[in-house]
This record gives sequence, structure tokens and C-alpha cells, in this order.
Amino acid sequence: MIDLKNLSIKKTHEHLLNKDFSAVELLSAYRENIDERNAKLNAYLEVFDDAIESAKAVDEKIAKEEKISELAGIPIAIKDIILYKGHLATAASKILAGHRAVYDSTVVKKLKLQDIVITGRTNQDEFAHGSSGEHSAYGPTLNPLDETRTPGGSSSGSAATVAAHMSLVALGTDTGGSVRLPASYCGIIGLKPSYGAVSRYGIVAMGSSFDQVGPIGKTVGDVEIIFNAIKGLDAHDSTTRDYEKVVIRHGKKKMKIGIPRSFVGKGVNADVIDRFADAEQKLKALGHEIVDIDLPNISNALAVYYILILAEISTNLARFDGMRFGLHKDGVNGVDEYLKSRGAGFGPEARRRIMLGTYVLSHGYYDAYYNKATAVREIIKQEFKNVFKDVDAFITPTGTSPAPKLGAHSDDPLAEYLLDIFTVSANVAQVCAISIPMGKVNREDTDLPVGLQITAPQFAEDTLFTLGKQFLGEE
Amino acid sequence: MLTIDDINNLARLARIELSEEEKVRLQKDMESILGYVGQITSVKIENASTVPADSAHINIMREDTVTTETGEYTEAVLANAPKREGDYFSVKAIFEDR
Repeated sequence: MIDLKNLSIKKTHEHLLNKDFSAVELLSAYRENIDERNAKLNAYLEVFDDAIESAKAVDEKIAKEEKISELAGIPIAIKDIILYKGHLATAASKILAGHRAVYDSTVVKKLKLQDIVITGRTNQDEFAHGSSGEHSAYGPTLNPLDETRTPGGSSSGSAATVAAHMSLVALGTDTGGSVRLPASYCGIIGLKPSYGAVSRYGIVAMGSSFDQVGPIGKTVGDVEIIFNAIKGLDAHDSTTRDYEKVVIRHGKKKMKIGIPRSFVGKGVNADVIDRFADAEQKLKALGHEIVDIDLPNISNALAVYYILILAEISTNLARFDGMRFGLHKDGVNGVDEYLKSRGAGFGPEARRRIMLGTYVLSHGYYDAYYNKATAVREIIKQEFKNVFKDVDAFITPTGTSPAPKLGAHSDDPLAEYLLDIFTVSANVAQVCAISIPMGKVNREDTDLPVGLQITAPQFAEDTLFTLGKQFLGEE
Repeated sequence: MLTIDDINNLARLARIELSEEEKVRLQKDMESILGYVGQITSVKIENASTVPADSAHINIMREDTVTTETGEYTEAVLANAPKREGDYFSVKAIFEDR
């Protein structure tokens, strides 16, 4: 029996080298958990049959005593929005039903070079539109810790596979909180890298000025290792940077940490505030200095985010025409085929967002919404820069509550949008942020995890890893 | 206030066919969401700029050249197509009814 609950990438690597278990045995152990739980949880949309071949190849290298990378044989699940050559990639949408990736995304290409084992593709909100995983065209994912609740979204399946030990680590994408919110609701760790840190080549685009691929794991160390493997300059994504040239690595062990105090209290469950106060005390006890900070426009970040994201969604989703891939509906002429294919292929939330995006970009409203939001975004970025002249990082809760009940927001899309209140600002300001567990709160006799969000300047991921490991007592 | 005519117009622009029920529902949902994000219109700003301040990282150019072998991806790409004719996607004329 392999103790999957206590495995990390480093430990697994040691075990593989010591021949305590093989890569095939490790994959089989995860497959047993998948067989036991996935039918109910609906975390994987598909488990890849060829994963076993990748695992066998690693075992052969080990048998021949060839040098293997730290990630060789490590099982990773990938969100259905990430292209993996020869495999289905549907962004959990009917309009991409049957779509098989023609090429590898850069993140997959980088991980394959290290002989990682890609276990399968995970469920998500369709096109990553949502905070609960319930907007998948293939049914909701359930939270492994309480099956009456959502695991959070949009990277719902990626977080659930890690929390239910159906994969060691996973990749999600985070446009407004889609890695961090599910990490918070599932009691694990999720990183939203800085804009420009990780290539989006081969990722189905949602909001191109916000999207990042982010790792999800059970330890900060695992998330750091995956981040280091996928980051860096890519000729196929001109927003990427040569990370070593821009990285902020100050090496401090004692830091100055801010709290945007007036922003944190509003609309947050009282016991989540209690856990946040505990987290503040813990950081103080670790020797950090805590100061109050002021980010005057952070309360406008959610409105800025939703205006810009809706505009970018309606633009990015214009390419789905039912002609080149996915679902096609016959019509009397080309325009009619667009109308029918798109009407039937996109789910209700995608349709709603495309309609809203079309509205904010339409003649007469463009200045009031899109241009104004762009200008306020620049102000928010500047406020973040100013704050980071004084503090190394700042903290908030990741979510306003623990994992909501399934269906809790099905009649009120705005209420679901408001779940992202703390997470969107990092995407708006294009900085990096991580969610780590900060304790539990009780709902209906079940203890549910809640996350602490740490936000640091663009390319200061090192600060997040240092603080995260200290906070959780890793290493 | 968004009217059903507005919804019809947006749906036409967005190329999405909607049922009558959904139009009514969208009218309500869009009002509520636009009501919230509309807070942005009352934010006071001086020297509003819609150009990113860190504009050093714009206009990344590359040579306009083919980087793959001719036909390298043709079969894989067309395998995804709902309809094909030889090495082409098969589509209907845009406006003409045929």
C-alpha cells in the first residue's frame, strides 16, 4: 500500500529511486482511488489510457539506472481547457465536443520533457466561466470533503482530484480566482502565477489580459516545483517574459505584510474572519511585521474585472463557429449555421457572458464601460505598485465563506460573481497570489477548510513560496 | 432598462440563437449584473489613461514565415472538422439560402 495522503513530489522521487514502488504501481494506486470515487465526484472527464505507457517508460529508465528528472513518473491531472496532443480537449463545452488537440500546449510540452505522467483531463466550468464548477456541460463536480457542496471553480475537477488523492498534483487555469478558490474550498494549495510568467499557448483563451495556468497541490513545495517546470519565455506567447531576468527574489525570512483592513471585513462570514485573525497572529509569531494598508480602488476591482472579462470572452469566443471543430448544426445559410451552432453549443453561462460582453463593447456603451474599466485597471495597478514599495506581500481571506452548497447560486449569477471579490484583484493587477489552508469552519456538523490568500508583486512568486512554507511548517 | 428588442439585437450581433424564455431570463440577469458593474461609471479619475504604464513590453514582433512543414497538420486539423471536402473545410454560403 502506497500512502498517497502523505506523498509529495520530492518524497515520490526518492521512493522511485529507492525502488520502494514503481511509477506503474504509483499510477495504479491513484487509478484505484479514481475507480472508487470518480463516478460520484465527476472530477475527471476522462482518464487517459496511455498514462500507463508514460509510467512504464519511466520505470524502464529507472531499471537501466538512467538519470531521471524530479518530475519523472509524477501523476498530474490537467484541466480540460489545456491542449495535450492527440487527446480530447473540450473546455467542458458541447461546442468543443469531440475536439482532439492537434498540438501540445507549452505547459504540457515542458512537463512531458520531464517524463511526467498525465493521468487525465478534469472537469471545469465551461470555458472556465464560473466559481463553482456547476457550469460544466458534463455535470457538476462534487467536493470530496462534503459531497453536498461545490469544490469551487472554475478548476473544479483539478482541485477535487488532488483533494481526493486521484492525482498527486494538477494544472488549472486562473483568470479571476479559478485556481485559488477551489484550492480554498478543498483545503489544498493553488497558485495564480504573475501575468507573463507562464505561457498560455495551447490553452483555450478566456480573458487574454488575465489568464494564467496555475498548479494545484497538497504542499507549497509541490506547487513551487510545478511552477518552476512550466514558467518562462515562450515564442508562442508574446506576453511571457524571461523569468530569470525579471524575478524578484529578495531572500528575506522576516517580511513586512500588509492587510487592506477596511476591505477585508465586508460580506465575509464571521468565522472566516476569525480564522483570518488567527492567521495574522501566526504570521506575527513567525516574526513578520503586520501593517494596515490602503488600496482605495480595490473595491472597484470586481466591477473592472467583470466588464473587461465579459468583453474579452465575447471576443475570444467569437472563433467558435461550428465549421472547423466541435458541434455543428445545419441551417439555411452560413449565418443561420452560426446562430444555431453557437446557440446549441454554448451553455447558459457562456451565452450570458457573451451577451454581456457584446453589450459592454457595443456602440454607445464602450466608453462608459470598457474604456472606463481599462482606465480604472491602470489606477489599481499603480496602487498595487505603490503598496508594494512598502510591504513585501499582503493578505486577505481567499473566499468569503467555505465551499457553498451545490445549487446555492443557480438563480443568481451576480451572487456567484461576488464569490471572486478577493481573488480578482491579483488578475486585474497582473501580480501573483497563492491560496493556502488557514483552518476550518463548521457547517452542518462538517469541518470545512478556508484559505488564506497571499498576494505579492509581479514575478515575486518566491515570496509566496517562502511565506506559504513557513505558515504551513513545511521543510 | 434592457428591452427584448435590445436582447434580440445583441443576440444577432453575437450570433447566438436564443429561446424566448431565455431572452426573458437574460433581461433580468443582465440588468442585475450591469447594475453592479455600473459602479465603475461613478469612479472619479484624473488623467484617465487606457494605455498600460509599463508599455516597454508591447509589439513583440517575429518574422512572418511558415515554421511548419506543408501538410504537417492538415489531416489532424481536418479530422476535427464537422464537414470536409478533400483538404478543405466545407461550409455554406454566408447569406444565400441554398
